[in-house]
Amino acid sequence: MSEIRTSVEKRRIRGIGVLSIFSAASFIYFGLLNSASEKTTFGFVLDNEWVIMKEWVISSASGSRIFSTLAILASISAILAYRKKIAVTIPASVATFGIFMSFLTWIAAGKFIPLTGLLQGALLLAVPLVFGSMSGLICERSGVINIAIEGQLLASAFVSGVVASLTHKSIWGLIAAPIAGAAISFLLATFAIKFSVDQVILGFVINVLVIGLTNFLYKKLLIPYQSTWNTAPTFEHIKIPILSKIPIIGPILFSQSIVVYLMYVIVAGITFALYKTKWGLRTRAIGEHPTAADTVGIDVNRMRFKNVLIAGLVAGVGGAYFTVGSVGSFGKEMTAGAGFIALAALIFGKWSPIGALMAALLFGFADNLQSTLTIIGVSIPSEFMLMVPYIATIIAVTGLVGRVRAPAADGIPYLRGGAH
Amino acid sequence: MKNLVSKFGQTAKLPALSFALAFSITGLLIAFSDSKVLAKIGSPIEFIKSGLATIGNAYLALFQGSIFDINLARGNSFFQGFYPLSETIVTATPLILTGLSVALAFRSGLFNIGAQGQFIFGAIGASYVGFHFNLPTVIHILFAALAGIVLAAIWGGIVGILKAKTGAHEVILTIMMNYIAGYFILWILKTKPFLRPGRIDPIAPEVGLSARLPLLAGENLRIHAGIFIALASALFVWWLLAKTTIGFKFRAVGANSQAARTAGISVPFVVTSTMAICGGLAGLGGAVHVMGSAHALNTDVAGSFGFDAITVALLGRAQPLGTVFAALLFGALRAGGRTMQSNTGTPLDIVLVTQALIVLFIAAPTFVRFIFRLKKLSSSASLTSKGWNG
Repeated sequence: MSEIRTSVEKRRIRGIGVLSIFSAASFIYFGLLNSASEKTTFGFVLDNEWVIMKEWVISSASGSRIFSTLAILASISAILAYRKKIAVTIPASVATFGIFMSFLTWIAAGKFIPLTGLLQGALLLAVPLVFGSMSGLICERSGVINIAIEGQLLASAFVSGVVASLTHKSIWGLIAAPIAGAAISFLLATFAIKFSVDQVILGFVINVLVIGLTNFLYKKLLIPYQSTWNTAPTFEHIKIPILSKIPIIGPILFSQSIVVYLMYVIVAGITFALYKTKWGLRTRAIGEHPTAADTVGIDVNRMRFKNVLIAGLVAGVGGAYFTVGSVGSFGKEMTAGAGFIALAALIFGKWSPIGALMAALLFGFADNLQSTLTIIGVSIPSEFMLMVPYIATIIAVTGLVGRVRAPAADGIPYLRGGAH
Repeated sequence: MKNLVSKFGQTAKLPALSFALAFSITGLLIAFSDSKVLAKIGSPIEFIKSGLATIGNAYLALFQGSIFDINLARGNSFFQGFYPLSETIVTATPLILTGLSVALAFRSGLFNIGAQGQFIFGAIGASYVGFHFNLPTVIHILFAALAGIVLAAIWGGIVGILKAKTGAHEVILTIMMNYIAGYFILWILKTKPFLRPGRIDPIAPEVGLSARLPLLAGENLRIHAGIFIALASALFVWWLLAKTTIGFKFRAVGANSQAARTAGISVPFVVTSTMAICGGLAGLGGAVHVMGSAHALNTDVAGSFGFDAITVALLGRAQPLGTVFAALLFGALRAGGRTMQSNTGTPLDIVLVTQALIVLFIAAPTFVRFIFRLKKLSSSASLTSKGWNG
């Protein structure tokens, strides 16, 4: 029996092997070959939270050695855990953390790394990705491919910016944005479900349509009449009493605008609803086996239509983040491909809410690390740092997560009477 | 004969109605976003009058910018009046090649969103050979084109190999590869070999005169021999798909990969070679663009040729000839859109809306029938791609 290894085991072995090699390599490269005499400083304080430690200064070489030693030890315990058939998640995570910190200590020799700021920025960059991937999740678990996330985000960013400018109230922008997202969803649902248009092509075309439309209106209305059409107010940050005072976690999670808090609620809500409610069971059923769902009396296409609209509402809140949630005024193509990264996060996260959330946070982190390192001025060209999220996605979809499996009926129009 | 005419009428009816619908919606958008028109909203007749005038002016400018401009013809020589047509063809030339790249992938059942990145690598290869070497003219052109094709074929081929080996979906892979290519060109334009002497902004040296495609209609018109390369490539794609064994394999996998596998066709081979050839085609597009009209590499050299290619291939129903016509149409919209922007103040981006609507309606024949209350005609095969598990 032990002769036969499942593909999961093979991948686990490969993963542990790669981690061990990386740990050893980081010890040698970042630690032993590190001739820098400078010190690396990590900052922990961002706001007015309770201070335990303001900053931590360590010599770059010995810091790298400490962290990579930690990584090596964690790798060894991962190997041991695997042999004893215990879960390897914790040692593997520790090893990854060690390798990463070793790298950071090495590259930031003589520099200051605001660690709390780095994490807070990562969360903020992940916000639209999370909303986008949740929109994709609801659609695809119901069996409708949603490539139009970018369009949903962009349209709702535009509408929320304009509405908030005209009403001078950011809350109206936040209310209008989901409606715009749902309108794009309506287009998607109508053509995908009622007219059975290929969903990948459809999503792509909707994106082009929204880009064209928002660019057109931006140049025609928002630029010439900027003072009326494009001066959206933004939301104040709400500090949650006590929680926002917790060191590190407080300023990252609990000193944010309402849109971020909505994100927590929506992700938790979707996770609960998808796995614990009748709606969730039915949604998963029409995504995996619509014929069976139909047999027990679920109106597949009606439910798909409804779910695609709900997905539009969710994406809409993410769109509002771009304008009233952060900078206020709308900019041409300001979503800049976030919808596609959200799609990648969804796939990276294997179509599960928590997985997609984690993937989105990872992409946000990679993105913010890039800008932080560029600002403090490291020797790696910023263009290569900018490539990191995309390369990470490629690695993720090709190997690390193994063969991901979409919901079985994803993208297939449901025609009653067994055309499929 | 009469039968034939009515049959043609039937086939042309849906596309014609789709175009009419798309241009009508675009027209309404132009009218309703015009402040002069909106100012007359009080009196319905004046409102409609000025609305129609605005739409008319915009579409007249679109024609003047894409086909023939009488003012240019009066000014210099009559021939100069065709300057807009030359611009249409210059814009359409790279679009034909990138469109063919996407179309060929469709025929193998792949959705190649990566034409943009492949185009960038083609442009980089051709540009480098074009400015770095000093060769006799024909050899120089061939060498530069080849460099572009090879680089882009590798870039496209990577996607093919990754999909064949791991089953990762090409849509995700190509989207990511586009971003990577986009940052790569930003970086390479800052490196020493690609810096133009005396300039600090990211622009490469111009390609040598010997690496430029010959102009077809004199110095005043930009139309160049690239259009012949594009047309020859369309012929090549047709020949490949219709007349060769490998093309048959492509189509077999595109039609039903399970059946093709059962019949003994190697699906990984088809996926890899399709993506490499598609990459090569889009790369040739980049090379032709650099050698024909752009002459120098800059950060925005690829424009939106790779993205428009998808709408081009969809409108051309993934057929080589259809792709050529679709590229010419979108080239005309682009070229005309620029004139429309400068003459009437209608932003160029409106042509994106028109493009998207045309493709949407063409892809949804049932919708167009529904709008115009048409009876169901003989069903035409519609384009489909595979879902994530496909």
